[in-house]
Amino acid sequence: MATVELSGHPAVRTATGLPMLKLGFWVFLGSETLFFGSLISAYMVYKHESVVGPYSHELLNIPLTSVSTFVLLMSSLAMVLALDNVQRGSRRWGPFWIAMTAALGSLFLGFQAYEFTHFYHEGLTLQTNLFGSSFFVLTGFHGAHVTIGVLWLLLLLVQALRGQLPPGKALQLEVAGLYWHFVDVVWIAIFTLVYLIE
Amino acid sequence: MATLEAMVPATALPHQRQKRLWWDLLTTVDHKKIGLMYGITALFFFVVGGIEATLIRIQLARPENDFLSAEVYNQIFTMHGTTMVFLVGMPIAVALFNYIVPLQIGARDVAFPRLNALSFWIFLFGALFMNSSFLLGAAPNGGWFGYANLTSKQYSPGINIDFWTLGLQALGVASIMGGVNFITTILNLRAPGMRLMRMPLFSWMSLLTSFLLVTALPVFAVALFLVTFDRFWGTNFFVTQAGGDPILWQHLFWMFGHPEVYILILPAFGIISEIIPTFSRKPLFGYAVMVYSGALIALIGWGVWAHHMFATGMGPIADAFFTLSTMIIAIPTGVKIFNWIATMWGGRIRFHTAMLYAVGMIITFTVGGVSGVMHATSPHDLQQTDTYFVVAHFHYVLIGGLILAIFGSLYYWFPKYTGRLLSEKLGKVQFWLFFIGFNLTFMPQHWIGLLGMPRRIFTYSADLGLTGLNQLSTAGVFVQMAGVILLFANVLWSLRRGAPAGPNPWGAATLEWATTSPPPEHNFNRIPEVHTREPLWLEAKAVEEAARGPMEPNLHMPASSYWPVITGFFVVLTFVSFMTHLWWGPLVPLAGVMLGAINWAYED
Amino acid sequence: MALSEAYPEPQPQEAGVHGTEPGHAHAGWKTYVVVGVILTVITALEVAIFYIPALHGVMVPILLALSGAKFFIVALWYMHLKYDSRLFSQVFFAPLSLAVLVVIGMVMLFKVLPGLR
Repeated sequence: MATVELSGHPAVRTATGLPMLKLGFWVFLGSETLFFGSLISAYMVYKHESVVGPYSHELLNIPLTSVSTFVLLMSSLAMVLALDNVQRGSRRWGPFWIAMTAALGSLFLGFQAYEFTHFYHEGLTLQTNLFGSSFFVLTGFHGAHVTIGVLWLLLLLVQALRGQLPPGKALQLEVAGLYWHFVDVVWIAIFTLVYLIE
Repeated sequence: MATLEAMVPATALPHQRQKRLWWDLLTTVDHKKIGLMYGITALFFFVVGGIEATLIRIQLARPENDFLSAEVYNQIFTMHGTTMVFLVGMPIAVALFNYIVPLQIGARDVAFPRLNALSFWIFLFGALFMNSSFLLGAAPNGGWFGYANLTSKQYSPGINIDFWTLGLQALGVASIMGGVNFITTILNLRAPGMRLMRMPLFSWMSLLTSFLLVTALPVFAVALFLVTFDRFWGTNFFVTQAGGDPILWQHLFWMFGHPEVYILILPAFGIISEIIPTFSRKPLFGYAVMVYSGALIALIGWGVWAHHMFATGMGPIADAFFTLSTMIIAIPTGVKIFNWIATMWGGRIRFHTAMLYAVGMIITFTVGGVSGVMHATSPHDLQQTDTYFVVAHFHYVLIGGLILAIFGSLYYWFPKYTGRLLSEKLGKVQFWLFFIGFNLTFMPQHWIGLLGMPRRIFTYSADLGLTGLNQLSTAGVFVQMAGVILLFANVLWSLRRGAPAGPNPWGAATLEWATTSPPPEHNFNRIPEVHTREPLWLEAKAVEEAARGPMEPNLHMPASSYWPVITGFFVVLTFVSFMTHLWWGPLVPLAGVMLGAINWAYED
Repeated sequence: MALSEAYPEPQPQEAGVHGTEPGHAHAGWKTYVVVGVILTVITALEVAIFYIPALHGVMVPILLALSGAKFFIVALWYMHLKYDSRLFSQVFFAPLSLAVLVVIGMVMLFKVLPGLR
């Protein structure tokens, strides 16, 4: 009875009893920890090494970023509620919470966009100094990850609204959720290391 | 969901209309075909890298030679290293992971067959992109390790370095995806009864290598992004005037670069661990130790990187730490050597060509290992680093270790791929030519290095007394070349005229030898159940019955798809489009990637 | 423990449908909301500590501990690692440990060790 699984397909005999897509995705998230770890290392190495300003302590806005951090945390809550509802087959609350997650994620991106433009008007660009380079690259990659997550959620939202996301296919949403929470968790690290520990 | 339309019943395969070869290869998701494509491409680039090496050695055969200008020489040695590491060493390991691992673990394919194809296409397009730089006379010229800030726009204003950073970035993506694929495959698709500690050593080494791939390549990706952003968008990561530190590049690069060499050598260890027991007719000595030592090497390999940086002034504490860790890693490595010898001890040894390569590998890899321990001692290394002593060391471990193992694997598994044996007569001649030529080229380089000749210089003075040894080194190249030509001749001849091989011409023990040579698309008629480490020695009847006996009903294999090749093309194009210097340049092919990915997801 | 004991014999069971993985418990939505509240509280604490001058000496270790706690809470509850097969945790935490060591190593090499010379 050994059918080979196309990624995402159910009903396969596996040596661990675990779904292929979920296992593979956790491995991928493992690799992403090294990716963000290296970016964070570059930021930490260059902390306070800028030769010219504007400097981090002049620009970083803790109150504002605390709010955006809270928004992203709440989006993770929305994500688990979305998954819970999809797993239970709720065709109303499933799509609702998926939409809410995407909305909160977009709100977070809005905060990022505001912060970036504000810094730019204060004279900080990628080229200005080490702070500009390392800050924008680190948070830029994070923001790009959030953006991909939002797009992914919107695609799943469309599927859910069409009734094409039944409990049997909840794994697709679960994997998107793992990605989403991971991106949240990376932000937890960035918020602490970049903003709070100055 | 379209399962029936998407899958092709295996029972229909013999009657299936023959696909045209080019379409079949463009859309295949069969791990065996993908493995062969990787292998053939890697062997092609081995010839390219070998030509580059020959040009280097011709230039260095005489002092103050003018065969190659300094400018061209920089491109040739950079591409030689880059090609051999990224376009030969890694892909050939992946070729074997692809072909052999599913067969060894009793699976029908890898966990994510289309992702597997995608990795290959990214590799191929990326490799072609990098080598297209030669057509513009602007091949990468910053060394295979691209040190900052030589690679900055200030000191490398041309486009050479961009081919390097962007091409390797694309290749890195392929490698990470491959690592994810093989870890999932090995964990999830082992046959019933095949606990991890019953798995063949080659599959174990593949698992450990895959762990290194998924952890080390992301670090390289970051390093490449930093230098790419410096060059294209004016960031300051390696700009000293802004406080940037070129040493950051070295740390990030070698944090990738050292695990990288274990990525190259662990598969070779796996190959030797298959060949030696087979041709000694004895189980591998100390199986568990071989597994744990491999795991230790992979782990400790992450803690030795700055031994490439002893001359950068890190201070005594860092120097001492990395000296210690580098010496410690010699222990699990040495253990393997002893276990291979112990396997042979008391065995009934047959010196087929594959075995010659394996035994040769043990000898020359040990030589390379010894010079490696000499490097580990940081005071010693200050004399040796950046000289030909290093060049000798890593060629002994990479040719003497990796290439000999790869050639050995060719003699070993060629019957499985093709159903024919390579010629033993030609094989033995070819082996000795290559082995002798290789030693002739690289043994003198230990002396050349200790006598003070630096690396990466295009010529040297006549009154340094280095001429004779350099000539000897160059002579060896032509002996190696003869060996390689005969190897290719052997392959081409044996494809048509080689003696037919049955399922298990060597009387080996592992599952890939249970099925026919070559295997059917679905690998095994029924997935065997195993209870031992050497199924074909200890439970042959049941296992062969499963593999070649009655077919399993309702067998479905993954369907072909053209989305991997399309998506792969756009992935590479995304990186290439940085060279337009438009900030939105990469976004266009990125949209193509998304379209490919979405169609791929909905193909299910 | 031998690796062979870490992984079960291959199971001919259905994988891929949530809830059928071996040893699977389940958290309800109420648990998730409570976790969300805890995360908010910790975040508020972090921000508060940032503004308390008296704590600036010990600020770094405290903040690292608090954010580390948030990290694990999200991983264990929201990413379900607490309830899932141990293999997922292993496959994630091994590279994560390396990543943490990379950050520590780089900070040591660039910031700490040069100061000691």
